[in-house]
Amino acid sequence: MNTKDNSGDVRLSGISKTYDNGFTAVQPLDLTVPQGSFFALLGASGCGKTTTLRMIAGLEEPSSGTVHLGDQEVTNLPPYKRPVNTVFQSYALFPHLDIFENVAFGLRRRGIKSVKQQVVDMLDLVQLGEQARKKPHQLSGGQQQRVAVARALINHPKVLLLDEPLGALDLKLRRQMQLELKRIQTEVGITFIHVTHDQEEAMTMADTVAVMNAGRVEQLGSPSDLYENPNTTFVANFLGTSNLIEAEVDSKSGDEIILKAGGGKLVLPEARCSAPTTTGGKVLVGVRPEKITLTPADDAGEIPAGRNRITGKIADSSFIGVSTQYVIDSPVCPEFEVYAQNIDRDARLRPGADVVLHWNPAHTFGLDAAQDIDAGVDIEEEAA
Amino acid sequence: MAAVTEAPPLAPAPEEKPPRKKRGRWTPYWLLLPGILWLIVFFALPMIYQGSTSIQTGSLEDGYKVTWHFATYWDALSEYWPQFLRSVLYAAAATILCLLLGYPLAYLIAFRAGRWRNLIMILVIAPFFTSFLIRTLAWKTILADSGPVVSVLNTLHVLDVTNWLGWTSGDRVLATPLAVVCGLTYNFLPFMILPLYTSLERIDGRLHEAAGDLYAKPFTTFRKVTFPLSMPGVVSGTLLTFIPAAGDYVNAELLGSTDTRMIGNVIQTQFLRILDYPTAAALSFILMAAILAMVTIYIRKSGTEDLV
Repeated sequence: MNTKDNSGDVRLSGISKTYDNGFTAVQPLDLTVPQGSFFALLGASGCGKTTTLRMIAGLEEPSSGTVHLGDQEVTNLPPYKRPVNTVFQSYALFPHLDIFENVAFGLRRRGIKSVKQQVVDMLDLVQLGEQARKKPHQLSGGQQQRVAVARALINHPKVLLLDEPLGALDLKLRRQMQLELKRIQTEVGITFIHVTHDQEEAMTMADTVAVMNAGRVEQLGSPSDLYENPNTTFVANFLGTSNLIEAEVDSKSGDEIILKAGGGKLVLPEARCSAPTTTGGKVLVGVRPEKITLTPADDAGEIPAGRNRITGKIADSSFIGVSTQYVIDSPVCPEFEVYAQNIDRDARLRPGADVVLHWNPAHTFGLDAAQDIDAGVDIEEEAA
Repeated sequence: MAAVTEAPPLAPAPEEKPPRKKRGRWTPYWLLLPGILWLIVFFALPMIYQGSTSIQTGSLEDGYKVTWHFATYWDALSEYWPQFLRSVLYAAAATILCLLLGYPLAYLIAFRAGRWRNLIMILVIAPFFTSFLIRTLAWKTILADSGPVVSVLNTLHVLDVTNWLGWTSGDRVLATPLAVVCGLTYNFLPFMILPLYTSLERIDGRLHEAAGDLYAKPFTTFRKVTFPLSMPGVVSGTLLTFIPAAGDYVNAELLGSTDTRMIGNVIQTQFLRILDYPTAAALSFILMAAILAMVTIYIRKSGTEDLV
């Protein structure tokens, strides 16, 4: 795609939404989505992600701020004048029109006479050529979903907005459609803004993910960046699982911070700490469960030097095929989670065993201790 | 259930299942029985009785006998066709007026009324709490020659137009076709609004958003999405208005004159004043057949069986 073209940029500046009943769904928000990117707004229900999307579509009027598409300001344009199309959560296909007419709807409204070839091509793209003359209710959920995508894409919008488009599909179909949507996006090169509460979906599909919480963007970045380097406890807990330990700053040496936690010492690269650190101050230390290695306490001497270590006792283990998930009771954290690949299973690692947990300090991240350590923990389960 | 619990545990007792099944099979028919009886007594029997009356000849003094005299139908039709035609025209006019008045109101209640929805619904239904006759008589006062409606219409020269159209005559509204159509419209309006409201209210609001998102202006959204989806309501509303309006005689009786007699008035006079039962029965059958035919064509044409 032409990288100079910025007509598909979406720029939100200071945009906010407060409803008549006083509820503020979106706090003043600045966001730029570059042309051609696959952007995901991720958050639990009620975090303001759908409202943000609807303000871009023109279905919701912002209380303040502006919306730009490329160089054009569209803040006060009604939806039918915006070069933007939406794939609705429940698809919102027109029940009285057949699939062909549903897909042709946007073209006909813009006064395009010869729609046949375009509709046929579009239906082929979503592999529904055979179903053109059926009514929406005669199709399966996955097929309806593809009609909704085709109906929006045929208009060659500058931006395609997807509001939880896969929410109603079963898991297997959802995985399939994720790849399908990703393929379509790469093929047509249109900016996609995808709203979802499913962190795995957001990470699989999007180039850039904005994690939203309580009407604010908590953090924005590439999926791997968000996962490896969360800036807040909400992001750390909402995206996957994190083990967070409260620690005290002991000293600094070079670009590493030495921390004290539960009598032991932990090393944290300064670059991976998003919180200010002063000696004696508190920091939350995080590490992802799959980065940790478990070694039985008897073999503690074999652990290479320079790794962060914590001692504990296995409280629970569950075998889930590809890996085994352990819950470790340790002095610094009562429910430390560890995911171990099932390569060589050590028979001594069973509930009740004393173990040493150790990991490469480079996988440690530091967060500001002045926030709720459990933020974002339960929300994901509610939403899913 | 008792039969099952009493069965010996070792014998699965297949012979005990049939009686239970049989009783279960008949249950729906028992439940239907009151309805079927009702239909027989109040619909089928009167129909048969009317049918036989319509082909009788005789007089009140000598009594009537079934003589298979089908000529009554032809005689009735050739004598009263103007009233038939007028009934259809008035009913059609009232139905169209009901649709024009009722659709915006039903739309308002379904999409815009918010917390006023229930109040407006009650206002729509409220007239039913008074008698049909009293409400129609009230229209006599409303349209009275010296009343405000007539004087306003006169001042605005609306009456000149309606006179020219033949809907009114002179300075009067009462005792003209306009008055009868007004009465019919008023009386049957709720029967239009309720089905319209029901089908409009069922339309998913997201469809409107989707249409707007796909470049349809508000009016196009209405034309291409809202109205087609409300067709079941339009069809049932127009039927519920047209059918009773075509057979109505109260409005023509109270608000009209001898020039605005509808077929209902003719049937009523034949039955109750002239006491020509065969003609009255034949007229009733013709009316019923005509309405059935028109309704069938209408439903076929509107193609509502295709809608959701």
